[in-house]
Amino acid sequence: MSDTAMECLTSRMPKFLKRADPAVVTAFACILILLFLGSLYSSSFLSPAYLLQQLKVASFLGVIATGMMLVILLGHIDLSVPWAVAMGAMMACAAAAYGPVGVALAVPFGVLCGMAIGLVNGIGVAYLRIPAMIVTLATNAVAQGLMVVYTGGYSPQDSAPDAMRYLATGFTIPGVPNAVVIWALIGAATVFVLTRTSFGRAVYGIGNRERAAYLSGIDTRRVVMIAFAIAGGLSAFGGVLLAGYASKASQSMGDEYLLPAIAAVVLGGTSILGGRGSYLGTVAGVILITLLQSILSVMQMPEAGRQIIYGVVIVVMLLLYGRTPANR
Amino acid sequence: MKEWRFWVAEQRGTLLALGIFIVMFIIYTSNHPAGLTANVVQTASNKGVLLAFVAMAQTLVVLTAGIDLSVGMIFILTNCLASWLVVGTGIETALGVTAVLASGALCGAINGAIVIFGRLQPIVTTIATGAVYFGVALLLRPFPGGSVNEDLADALTGRLFGVVPASLVTLLAVVLIVWVPFSRSVLGRAAYASGSSEVAAYMSGMPIRRAKFAAYTLAGTLAAIGGLFLTFFTYTGEAAYASGNAYTLFSIAAVVLGGVSLYGGRGSAIGAIFGALAFRTIGDLLFVFDFDPLWQPLFQGVVLLFAVSLGAFGLFRVRNKLEWFQ
Repeated sequence: MSDTAMECLTSRMPKFLKRADPAVVTAFACILILLFLGSLYSSSFLSPAYLLQQLKVASFLGVIATGMMLVILLGHIDLSVPWAVAMGAMMACAAAAYGPVGVALAVPFGVLCGMAIGLVNGIGVAYLRIPAMIVTLATNAVAQGLMVVYTGGYSPQDSAPDAMRYLATGFTIPGVPNAVVIWALIGAATVFVLTRTSFGRAVYGIGNRERAAYLSGIDTRRVVMIAFAIAGGLSAFGGVLLAGYASKASQSMGDEYLLPAIAAVVLGGTSILGGRGSYLGTVAGVILITLLQSILSVMQMPEAGRQIIYGVVIVVMLLLYGRTPANR
Repeated sequence: MKEWRFWVAEQRGTLLALGIFIVMFIIYTSNHPAGLTANVVQTASNKGVLLAFVAMAQTLVVLTAGIDLSVGMIFILTNCLASWLVVGTGIETALGVTAVLASGALCGAINGAIVIFGRLQPIVTTIATGAVYFGVALLLRPFPGGSVNEDLADALTGRLFGVVPASLVTLLAVVLIVWVPFSRSVLGRAAYASGSSEVAAYMSGMPIRRAKFAAYTLAGTLAAIGGLFLTFFTYTGEAAYASGNAYTLFSIAAVVLGGVSLYGGRGSAIGAIFGALAFRTIGDLLFVFDFDPLWQPLFQGVVLLFAVSLGAFGLFRVRNKLEWFQ
């Protein structure tokens, strides 16, 4: 869409829409379209029970995408999600096998393992100045290697303790699954950190231009390192929730979360180059991806078709609003 | 400075990769129970050549300051395709090989078109197209199976004159037919230039877009050659997600080991080939030292992490802290 057409369009919109990011609006519009298409296919698509179920499934991706968004805002990327997720899940389950103390510490231990991966990523990116894509690929391989050695290549036998199952599937507030509450809490905290703290400002600043951020007195390397550690922790926490949901951890359980997490963040209007994006967009992206997956599985689309549609949807939506400006 | 010194300075990465490979290979063969026999060399070269083709593909894209996270999936897709097409009589087989190479080129061209004309970031684009390619591979081969022209397969994975591994000869031929002309052509120079500084290349009137497009397309073709060879080794096609991911990852490792700069504009595919051979040999070192194969992923991961950390040595040359943030 050309700029003039866009301006013409925005001048007629109500005020609150004018301020909104076009990408976020598009993403929400796509959600409505998907819901509409789904309701044509099956009448139960709009029932509250189904929608709540979708929201619960979305919350696992939401937690993981939160960390991914933080990293992408910095202008980096975290490809260590798959095994950070699996490691968080496996380590939490493993800790739970060590008596009552282990059970109590299971969740923090899983998250801590993820943070350790994130910390290595952060040190590599911030202090050693290695491209994020490469470091995170390498730590992903190391995490995979560690888990293969630990589990012997099979799915671990330890099952998730009740506390983890409660976190993922229980109901503290009647009618609202705990996973959704957790996502809401993490989301609220992220919005607060990104918009109301100096750390959040620094994240956006570094994403825009790290040199400028450095010259204005921000310890950019520490901010980047902390952001990666948080992202690793959130990935692992997503894994803990998933293990609670499935009541056990498994090999390659995180593989199906890397692409959706990146897609959700980017579809939500966060620039892959960093510095621009809102959490609302990520929420929209996560719900959009989850609904898309759900519709495809309701239509009993085989895995092959799902992968193809997935890739095509991401490319098409990015072509609509994710293009970098021409350099001439 | 004498002329050869310039040459050495330019080829430092490649020579380092060659050195690492030679040292690793000597350690490998001297500890191998069978010693340095034609069989050992043939097996090692067959395994190494697979990664070498994928690493060459990755190099072409990395030289333009991009990255192709779909090479592994193109590799898998062409493997599945070859298990359908490369069968039958001589002519049918030849047509099949051509079709497989063309589809690899098409995959690369799609990547290139989206990145260059769609102006999307290479990372996201190739992750997404990688998913598409893997989906197509799954459509072709929901279950492992298929077959391949075994005469051709045995000829290309066997030995010439009983000594020289045919796969190495093929690799050499591909280097001479694809890489050498490309790197010396205007397009190849433009690919280097646009990776080094796109603005400067544009200002000097270089055909950046055509060069990048050619690089992505050639990368797809090279990955397809790799896929063909995988079919020749295994006689089957399999849409294995994990193996596609692993090859993407290893190709990046090989490129880094081979002295190709991930920021673009520096390095050569020959370096990446030695990087690939070295990486494979390092991975196989565990076997000759009788370690549990379970440790292999961890060992490879650590080697990879260590290899990419070597890039940090450039920090010692930095005179102004602001150069950190480029």
